[in-house]
Amino acid sequence: MNLNSDSARATLPDRAEQAARLIRATKWDEFIIENAVRLSGMSAILIIGLIFFFLLREGAPTFLDIPLRQLGGSRWYPIEGLWGLAPLLYGSILVTLGATVIAVPLGLTTAVYLGEFAPAWQRELFKPLIELLAGIPSIVLGFLGWVTLAPLVMRLGAPTGLTAFTGSLLLAYMALPTIISITEDALYAVPREYRDGALALGATQWQMVWRVALPAARSGIVIAIMLGIGRAIGETMAVMMVTGNAANIPELGLGAFFQPVRTMTATIAAEMGEVAQGSMHYHVLFGVGIVLFLITFAINSLATKLVGAGGRRRGGGML
Amino acid sequence: MRRQQTNLIARWLITAVAALVIVPIFLVIGFIFYNGVGALSWEFLTQPPRQGMTQGGIAPAILGTIFLTLGTAIAAIPLGIGAAIYLAEYAGDNRLTRAIRLAIVNLAGIPSIVYGLFGLGMFVLFLDYGTSILAGSLTLGLMTLPVVISTAEEAILAVPREFRVVSLSLGATRWQTIRHQVLPHALPGIITGVILGLGRAAGETAPILFTVAAFYLPDLPRSIFDQTMALPYHLYVISTQVPGMPLSLQYGTALVLMLIVLSMTIVATIIRTAMRRRREW
Amino acid sequence: MVNFYRGRRAATPRLPDDSGKRSPLRALLFLLALLILLPGCRAARDADQTGAGLDRAIQNKGSDTLVNLALAWAEAYREIEPTISIAVTGGGSGTGIASLLNGTVDLANSSRDISENEKATAASLGIDIREYVVAIDALAVIVHLDNPVEELTLAQIADIYAGRITNWREVGGWDAPIILLSRETNSGTHVYFLEEVLRGGDRQNKDIFAPQTLLMPSSVGITSELRRNRNAIGYEGLGYVDLSHEKVVRVAATAAGPYVPPSVATAASGEYPIARELYIYTAGEPTGEIARYLEWVLSPVGQAIVADLGFVPIVNGAFNEFEQ
Repeated sequence: MNLNSDSARATLPDRAEQAARLIRATKWDEFIIENAVRLSGMSAILIIGLIFFFLLREGAPTFLDIPLRQLGGSRWYPIEGLWGLAPLLYGSILVTLGATVIAVPLGLTTAVYLGEFAPAWQRELFKPLIELLAGIPSIVLGFLGWVTLAPLVMRLGAPTGLTAFTGSLLLAYMALPTIISITEDALYAVPREYRDGALALGATQWQMVWRVALPAARSGIVIAIMLGIGRAIGETMAVMMVTGNAANIPELGLGAFFQPVRTMTATIAAEMGEVAQGSMHYHVLFGVGIVLFLITFAINSLATKLVGAGGRRRGGGML
Repeated sequence: MRRQQTNLIARWLITAVAALVIVPIFLVIGFIFYNGVGALSWEFLTQPPRQGMTQGGIAPAILGTIFLTLGTAIAAIPLGIGAAIYLAEYAGDNRLTRAIRLAIVNLAGIPSIVYGLFGLGMFVLFLDYGTSILAGSLTLGLMTLPVVISTAEEAILAVPREFRVVSLSLGATRWQTIRHQVLPHALPGIITGVILGLGRAAGETAPILFTVAAFYLPDLPRSIFDQTMALPYHLYVISTQVPGMPLSLQYGTALVLMLIVLSMTIVATIIRTAMRRRREW
Repeated sequence: MVNFYRGRRAATPRLPDDSGKRSPLRALLFLLALLILLPGCRAARDADQTGAGLDRAIQNKGSDTLVNLALAWAEAYREIEPTISIAVTGGGSGTGIASLLNGTVDLANSSRDISENEKATAASLGIDIREYVVAIDALAVIVHLDNPVEELTLAQIADIYAGRITNWREVGGWDAPIILLSRETNSGTHVYFLEEVLRGGDRQNKDIFAPQTLLMPSSVGITSELRRNRNAIGYEGLGYVDLSHEKVVRVAATAAGPYVPPSVATAASGEYPIARELYIYTAGEPTGEIARYLEWVLSPVGQAIVADLGFVPIVNGAFNEFEQ
């Protein structure tokens, strides 16, 4: 474009004006988009802040108006003003503990199997299958537990089939995909040199896995377990249907697993529908929600920190 | 020799334990299929429940789940993809970004019942939307957000640098590059993530317990301010609160819900594998 | 499987932007504004609470004891008034009354009296609560079909549920622990059982259910567990009892008194010691379609449905015997 020709000079102001208008318009559009995107990015922080703030606002009276000794009491009976959170905490912890004890060995072993010992065709078949397990809705598993698992547990000799153990079993299977997937990644990330070195020195495959690969993947495995625990402690419907919902602290010992319990999550789900807005019961249920939020927040934040410390070398995305 | 023995025993044990995990998956899906397929019929899928819900079909619940899933998509997709674009293209390596990532990880870990509590307090009561499809969709949408953000970000990051570099070197703006070079190639991955997230949202009960679900509605919802029946809640209700409920219908409902959610998972996986094979880079 | 902990690639190169295209994202901002303004639309949409000229369903919520009755009523009413829809939800008596106070339902079903707390809340909100007795219900105490125990006194039942009696042999049965089944605390049936059976109607008594009591989501939950558990004991409204799957215990008010089985007749005559009234509560005097529905419920037609479902009908405020 020759800016000095006669025709050009004549329309230059118009063109300049046109160009300026275009730039202003498009610059403005780009400005909006970029800020919308920036805002979307911030939204995660805003949302979690909002959730926490809201929980706090509605649940604060729990901790401000009820003396701590009452909250630590051993009876949970809202209609008489007994706000003992201990049985609920106990129920959640017991069920989660049981689930962890079942799921961790199963999950680690399966991850090791898929990662180290399984032929390729099995890997191709079972990995999507495990993802399918992750996809089964919790209410469906809860329903199945209620209809088939609970009677089975009772047949085993428990006084009732609705026990912490039944809940743990269901939760274990729900947490398995998380544990397996993350452990698999951790094992995959172990450098080839470690494995090759061990094998070159004459180790059997099992020795290589047990003494080299697993220890090297240790931090990833810890994260897998933590996230599995987080998943288990937050589950609602499945436990609500099979644990009996008795706010009770049974005597310590192995038999405790075969007693009914009441988790924090099931308590909120079962009782929230009833409460009048603004009543003490309403506030206390939000208080239980705060406790749940803090527990999962602690687990997830710790796991994030460990990821940073351990470092992950796998470059590709999940595609 | 002993090492070889140990190796063999170890292999055998590991395979057995893995089977303990994998076989029940087949069993669970197969069991529900076997017990529920008898109840499936055209009437079951298209008719409302009758006789105190012990007869008839589950059509309103299926429709309700579809509405809620659509609503979740509207609530979660724009915000989720926007946030993913931000994290992949605009965010620097600073404390703010780390805080955002921490927030996303935590949002993913919040129990679904706590989302339900928040939805009740915020959407149903505070914003006064009432128990409605609107409140339910927003609650489910928030719950689905971390999944969408995470998978969309992965998909965007998977697009090679070269695409961006070349586009920018030819004079395109950052947004033009994203819009025309990055997003189209990231789209299958984004869709995979969205479908996975929506599948999970469709199967969730806790977030909709107090925000939208109804025990029995004689009519279909007419606006987003109405309540609706939904499959997960319907299954919960008919298996624990309806007397004389035939077991076959309970299994049938469970089967329909499971099929809907699993087919979404499968579709997402198929898209992902097809994309992996077709990829040119 | 979504893994939130995978590694990330380095950020992409940045260059200053110059030209772009029109953005569809303004729509997003518009949408956000819309979201905040939405409540206004909804408020305008809702018809007045007492239902003159309803363009929405009558909201009926509350007691699980009443829910099947309420459903039967709703379905029958739809036959005669197809333009009026009634949405029925369970959730427990507490839920119904709470929703009534929150202003989200028209008719609250309840299997217990409204409590002092709830009355106070209503007063503070300026709500005038109206109570209508719509049926009478006998509360049956049920055990497994194989259980040899046939009769219990009120005092024994109270001791069992308070955890003072823990083994069946203490009441003449076999040597096995008693598994306590109950409804959730939001259930009117639960509250009624607590006040009238566990505490024997004594307001000073502060006993509560034993902590190991299993709290089931509904009467169906109780009967399901009872059917497969020989050692369970439970309670439920007579309308739920299925004699082919569970056994009903004969109850005596005192150790001397006659052991009476629950039935429509014994509940109506007062011989059976655990019978209660079932209520529908409204906020203020009902008008329009809601009033007409309530009238129909209390009419012989509505009450015939009550009898069908195993409850005791009331007509004109008096006990009535219907042919079954």
